Amino acid sequence: MSYAFLFISALTVAGGVAAVALKNTVHCALALTVAFAGLALLFLDLDAQFAGFAQILVYIGAVAILVVFAILLTRGSETPKDGVYSKRWPIGLVVAAAVFSVLGWAILQSVPALPQNAQTPAVTVAQIGQALMTRYVLPLEIIAILLTAALIGAVIVAMHEKEEVK
Amino acid sequence: MTPLAGYLLVAALIFAIGLAGALTRRNAILVLIGIELMLNAANLNLIAFWRYGPHPEALTGMMFAIFSIAVAAAEAAVGLGLVIQVHRHAHSTDLDAMNRMKG
Repeated sequence: MSYAFLFISALTVAGGVAAVALKNTVHCALALTVAFAGLALLFLDLDAQFAGFAQILVYIGAVAILVVFAILLTRGSETPKDGVYSKRWPIGLVVAAAVFSVLGWAILQSVPALPQNAQTPAVTVAQIGQALMTRYVLPLEIIAILLTAALIGAVIVAMHEKEEVK
Repeated sequence: MTPLAGYLLVAALIFAIGLAGALTRRNAILVLIGIELMLNAANLNLIAFWRYGPHPEALTGMMFAIFSIAVAAAEAAVGLGLVIQVHRHAHSTDLDAMNRMKG
């Protein structure tokens, strides 16, 4: 347990709590960015440089901006008069607490089956590129098709449809 | 507590926070934010198991996390497009007010 790990995880958890608990939706999006940045730092702390920088590019660079756009397009920053939480919010909180207690209990009870790898894995971006082009080339192609289809689908879904197009 | 257990606990906590957000908020965009947090917690688990697993040079967990990031980005785009369309149709993103299948 290094101090860096404790600090980064505290930052990430604080960002996550703020992202789901704040009243103003724009503040929630900003707190979400903090949580994404904390997760990217955790990836870097785990010696996964490529995943960490991909996290920064994809989540902070794209997903957070997309969320802000959606909030502004739907005027979601106005706080509704009857509260920001759903009518049955205590049930949701109880379910989340139960899930966390089961997961935490399982993690703390379990003993590692395999010896833990203590030394830093020496993985370069070139190796990741090699793996993506050889062993994982089929998943890479499928994910390319999926991303294209999803983005075209998102554009079609969000497109403003004219009344009575003939 | 081993370092792996520390990362797994942080991931479980972020997952629970995202689940609480998805279950308690009224705004559909906030529910999507909760889902994104849950996906990120899963990615943290994958990377932690890759780092402390026996064969990190096989890159299995890393590849899983990278593909998961790509799928999560596609999910965010489609989800936010749906939210914008629902807002245009119902003039609200309040999920408690959406109780009809046919508008």
